[in-house]
Amino acid sequence: MSVDSKPNILLASRRWRWWEVVLWAAALASPWALSSHALIINEIAIVALFALSLDIILGYTGIVSLGHAAFFGMGAYSAALFAKHVMPDPLVGMAVGIGTATVLGAICSVTIQRGTDLTRLMVTLGVGLILMELANKLDWLTGGADGLQGVMMGPVLGRFEFDLYGQVAAWYSLCILLVVFVLARRFVGSPFGATLKAIRDNRLRAMAIGIPVASRLAVAYTVAAGAAGAAGALLAQTSGFASLDVFEFHRSADVMLVLVIGGVGWLYGGVAGALIFKLMQDFISNITPQYWTFWIGLFLVVLVLVGRERLVRPWTWFSAQKNKTGGAA
Amino acid sequence: MLTILFDGIAYGMLLFILAVGLAVTMGLMNFINLAHGAFAMVGGYITVLLMQRLGVPFLLCLPAAFIGAGLLGGVLERTLYRPLYHKPHLDQVLFSIGLTFMAVASVDYFVGSTQQIVQLPEWLKGRTELGDGAWMLGMGHYRLFIIAVCAALTVALQYILTKTRFGSRLRASVDDQRVAAGLGINVNAVFLSTFAVGSGLAGLGGALGADVLGMDPTFPLKFMIYFLIVVAVGGTSSITGPLLAALLLGIADVAGKYYIPKLGAFIVYSLMIVILVWRPQGLFVRKGGKA
Repeated sequence: MSVDSKPNILLASRRWRWWEVVLWAAALASPWALSSHALIINEIAIVALFALSLDIILGYTGIVSLGHAAFFGMGAYSAALFAKHVMPDPLVGMAVGIGTATVLGAICSVTIQRGTDLTRLMVTLGVGLILMELANKLDWLTGGADGLQGVMMGPVLGRFEFDLYGQVAAWYSLCILLVVFVLARRFVGSPFGATLKAIRDNRLRAMAIGIPVASRLAVAYTVAAGAAGAAGALLAQTSGFASLDVFEFHRSADVMLVLVIGGVGWLYGGVAGALIFKLMQDFISNITPQYWTFWIGLFLVVLVLVGRERLVRPWTWFSAQKNKTGGAA
Repeated sequence: MLTILFDGIAYGMLLFILAVGLAVTMGLMNFINLAHGAFAMVGGYITVLLMQRLGVPFLLCLPAAFIGAGLLGGVLERTLYRPLYHKPHLDQVLFSIGLTFMAVASVDYFVGSTQQIVQLPEWLKGRTELGDGAWMLGMGHYRLFIIAVCAALTVALQYILTKTRFGSRLRASVDDQRVAAGLGINVNAVFLSTFAVGSGLAGLGGALGADVLGMDPTFPLKFMIYFLIVVAVGGTSSITGPLLAALLLGIADVAGKYYIPKLGAFIVYSLMIVILVWRPQGLFVRKGGKA
């Protein structure tokens, strides 16, 4: 009796709140309401999806990765190549992009099992660099440093053509983001997701209560890779272009920043971070197009020195600093 | 073939000098410092600017680069790095990436994004060749100079680390910070001086390498991975580990780029991943130290 009458925390955290519904409705309406900004809405959706995928491994599983762009780029290139050589349908291309990135993630998940944070950092970074070299050197396939050009996308679902103003692209990206988000929400809210959090908090104890740590890490990494592949595929499809830039180190660093701005270990963190980051990037690069990385760097330094939990939660600025390690860390 | 080996050794020695500071600070403070390359860049730019604008001779620029980068490292350690020692690794990574971005953009702003050229003095420009045929050994004088300087530094470092009082304090602090502090070692002072010297060495490496590696604002990002490979593969508990790792990396990189230019960087990165998956703590780990 006493056990049954307690609200199930796991179930309660999975329930959709009213503000989430409102938020998504607003997001889906935004390309129509702000039609002149549809391009940036599209970019925000892509970055949000990418940050969401990083959150699965960084926020929920505790793997520090500096090479997440590997999967992003894999998704982008495979979606672009598929559209160019096989068929231009976006949804099939999306599935291909997710598929290849997932396979790559499954292969790479063996490399992140052992060692310290530093080892994982190095290995993930190395995978990203290897893929970038591959894309650079296989120029007969990828166009090398010039990028893969001439990708023509068909209409979404056979009806909606991508237009110049990016409205369709924004809707398409937002829908994919929503689908992945719902799936990711199920994923991290499930008992499986709870075991991931247990691994993040204390791997030794998680092992001691019988959680198969290695396979859980592998699955989480693979899933995150697939989601990152979806983000990459979105970028390639909506821009009709894939270049080496998708594998660049700064993309991995940026997405980490995005996630940290919004809050780690919270699925909306990626979305909020993407919104803030893109608007900030747009604003700063309007003022100083060449040196905006300086301000991003300054922002990062200040963010860490002030404490990232405090910066994203303004109501803690003036209260005493009691719970320093609280939040998502 | 011997020439490639020679160039590889020179390159590896250079990488060692660049990365040894990182190895020590990482082992000492368990701090993942991705901004180490920025100090090397500072040293490189000090040399380039002193030589170009003020006409200071090359040999005088090297100590200037060491001192400049070391001072900067000391100041930053005291002001920015110290509060972060006990933060999670994610914070440290973010912080040091931020610092690197700032360094890259500032140098771009103040000096410009073009690659800087170092005018080497005449006596370093030549090249000596020994033997002939497949076993010919061609030694660029500058590379010979690099090897000599780096070898001298390595011996000096090894001596300081193993024979002096400061060295034993440093090793004690690396092994167990709390016990070392309990024994009356001023760990903060050890940290500060080690960080400053490590940054200074990076600056010196940057100055020496300005000609070989090329000096432009993206230097810290381009070579960050190399420094980290040296540290991750070599381990952080001694300086012989990073030295061997740096030599291995230098030779593998030069040989890879020479024999199979199409695969270039793959060899290095794949080798690193294989080694790290095989031995996650690095190839040359001393038993008994703190993990």
